[in-house]
Amino acid sequence: MLVKIAAPALLAATLAAFAQTNPVAFTGARVIPIEGEEIANGTVVVENGKIVAVGPAASVTVPANAQRIVLKGKVVMPGLVDSHSHIGQPEGADSSAPIQPDVRVLDSVNARASSIKRARAGGITTVNVMPGSGHLMSGQTLYLKLREARTIDDLLIKLPNGSIAGGMKMANGTNSRRNPPFPGTRAKSAALVREQFIKAQEYRAKIRAVAGDQTKLPPRDLGLEALVELLDGKRVVQHHTHRHDDILTVIRLAEEFGFKVVLHHVSDGWMVAREAAASKCVIGASVIVIDSPGGKLEARDVAFETGGEMDRAGVLVGFHTDDGVTDSRWFLRSPALAVRAGMDRRKALAAVTLSNAKLLELDGRVGSLKAGKDADLLVLSGDPLSVYTHVEQTWVEGKKVWDRANPQDRLFATGGPGAAQDGALMHLDECGGHTLEGSSN
Amino acid sequence: MRHAILALACCAPIGAQTLAVKGETVYTMAGPAIRDGVVIMRDGKIERVGTAVSTPIPSGMRTLTAKVVTPGLVDAHSTVGLSGILNQNHDQDQLETSAPMQPELRAIDAYNAKDALVGWLRSFGVTTIHTGHGPGSLISGQTMVVKTLGGNVEQDTVRAAAMVAASLGEDGRASGGKAPGTRAKMIAMLRGEFIKAKEYAAKAAKAEKGKEPARDLRLEALGKVLAGELPLLVTVNKANDILAALRLGTEFGLKLVLDGAAEAPLVLEEIKASGYPVFLHPTMARPSGDSGALSLETASKLKAAGIPFAIPSGFEGYVPKTRVILFEAALAAANGLTPEQALEAITIEPARLLGIANRVGSIESGKDGDLALYDGDPLEYTTHSIGVVIGGRLVSEARR
Repeated sequence: MLVKIAAPALLAATLAAFAQTNPVAFTGARVIPIEGEEIANGTVVVENGKIVAVGPAASVTVPANAQRIVLKGKVVMPGLVDSHSHIGQPEGADSSAPIQPDVRVLDSVNARASSIKRARAGGITTVNVMPGSGHLMSGQTLYLKLREARTIDDLLIKLPNGSIAGGMKMANGTNSRRNPPFPGTRAKSAALVREQFIKAQEYRAKIRAVAGDQTKLPPRDLGLEALVELLDGKRVVQHHTHRHDDILTVIRLAEEFGFKVVLHHVSDGWMVAREAAASKCVIGASVIVIDSPGGKLEARDVAFETGGEMDRAGVLVGFHTDDGVTDSRWFLRSPALAVRAGMDRRKALAAVTLSNAKLLELDGRVGSLKAGKDADLLVLSGDPLSVYTHVEQTWVEGKKVWDRANPQDRLFATGGPGAAQDGALMHLDECGGHTLEGSSN
Repeated sequence: MRHAILALACCAPIGAQTLAVKGETVYTMAGPAIRDGVVIMRDGKIERVGTAVSTPIPSGMRTLTAKVVTPGLVDAHSTVGLSGILNQNHDQDQLETSAPMQPELRAIDAYNAKDALVGWLRSFGVTTIHTGHGPGSLISGQTMVVKTLGGNVEQDTVRAAAMVAASLGEDGRASGGKAPGTRAKMIAMLRGEFIKAKEYAAKAAKAEKGKEPARDLRLEALGKVLAGELPLLVTVNKANDILAALRLGTEFGLKLVLDGAAEAPLVLEEIKASGYPVFLHPTMARPSGDSGALSLETASKLKAAGIPFAIPSGFEGYVPKTRVILFEAALAAANGLTPEQALEAITIEPARLLGIANRVGSIESGKDGDLALYDGDPLEYTTHSIGVVIGGRLVSEARR
């Protein structure tokens, strides 16, 4: 029994230790590189986790030692980037306070959660995993690469300065309004946030004033340290906001304190698209596409048209799953429904790849098929915006992490017994009895 | 931009009127699709359907043109009109939790024809919905069938009482230590109540005039279930609970519809043998709780097993506040059903299973003039709904 448990772990460790060395060439497919024109018969060569060449078959030389994957009739495009998701059972702030910048999603994610496997099945290779929206500030988010993973460390993105890539989750409007110590009104919500940012400005001033003398530094404050990262533009605010006036409040606060912000959900985004486009603090909007309006007051006017309207107003537009609100497995529905509602096709495809990479400031590494970028790509059975198309293979950094031809992998695309099980949890009921339930996301 | 569409009124005067619709492809759902088809409607009903050659359009008749024409879509199970768009206490009427079994609650006393979601569904071609009390208690109440005209409940109703909605498994469990707290208790309570209703009906039948038992709305409603007048719509997902539902149906000789049925693939033979149909969970329903094992491929498995089924929009507690059957059928078509089979599951099949196929679900002469017009394959993501006709009248021109 022990051996049976240890073997797969050992195997995974072994695989991880031997990074891909021989190049892999994807040939014969229609290639949608996102940056640049579609290529009817394209070749993509990847090596050591990076893309080394992309172009028409006639102009790309396939190395002699390359493994060739012939994909006639298929489509190859970059792995999808999801700018807002809750896969991996993340937890953030608790109910003790409305602003908790010290809390990290890092300390909660289950790297083996079934939701992560379903995201790979949907072609998602990079994802912003966020805590919830029930707080003004619910904690530090994580930008993950969906590599094969045993632990959370296997999923992290290390930035050149050594830090772990991620944003800061904020929210306004109704979700973060609760009983004290949470705010009861919109104006109170903004006041609480301003107060904290002013404290952070003062904290930063104290640090700057010591002019490098470590002995004079103020006591460490994890929350204020994180806020200073926002003030310094080292971390981006990923801000839940729905109603048109709430969106304008986000922009007002961002401009007051100079933090960089991505506007998330933006149900009313089409009403204030010009204002979002005009603000230098707004990197762009991460838009949700939902099958019907409503479900909450703020989403009464949510529309398929939002992505297109904001794009035409000059806002950088990405889409997100908000998984489990929508399902990672059909993330490509979002750009498809946006195109249905008038969005430019190229912009819509970028909105689940390169534009989202920009919203996460990861566009130097992911989001398009371009020499030098991470070898994150998908093999699709047909056009990415057709309902009849399936993701057939998902590759992250030159490794195949999901393959529809493998029945065990396929289960995470179709669903079925075992596809959503994350282990059994015992729940005690008030009579002291218990029920055993499979938990899922 | 969308407000104009949602606010679309449908109150043109009813009177003698005609309308013709031309389609490059007309899916009648009563035989093979017609290439270059024509549908002629008069006074709310379909008068003629055929090829353009065999069915000339009288000169001067208003004519709409579309790439693809289907029957108006029929949503086999929704709660729209009761579970309002805002999702606030004041507009949520699909579930009343003061008692675990309330079959006397009528859907017509709650249906809001003006709810924006009714118009939302209509704009995608959904013209008939089976809606009413939702899942969430052992017996939540009655359902109804209504056209998505957005007029008022009296005008729009097709059938005032259609089924009685019940839930087993997690959806049937009462909270706060109240009964039913377990699966076995749910069945015990249902059996007890059906036995009471049986005795009540027998007493009423035998009683001399003037000596009938005092009226009991709850037992009267259950009596209609026992008599097969109102089928029992059981929302049930786990295989063990599906078997419990079948056991209950057999014991009391009920007309039963299995709703949700996430684990149906595990008990296909038993379902098939029971003869009961399935209103499947929406294809894109979230896998969680009792429905953790749901699959995109269940529709195709039901089809292969010969079990009658429809693909409904179901109930949503949050966002999206309603699903759209056109989208749910599309995913089923991408996962094992043919496009025609997927269309059947949102047109003629639900019409049959709801007992309203004499009026809706296919394009045949004599049926209601309910049509959906599209500018391409209706199931494709990037196709638009371009027109909706109910009762021979164009009620939506939104390009959606």
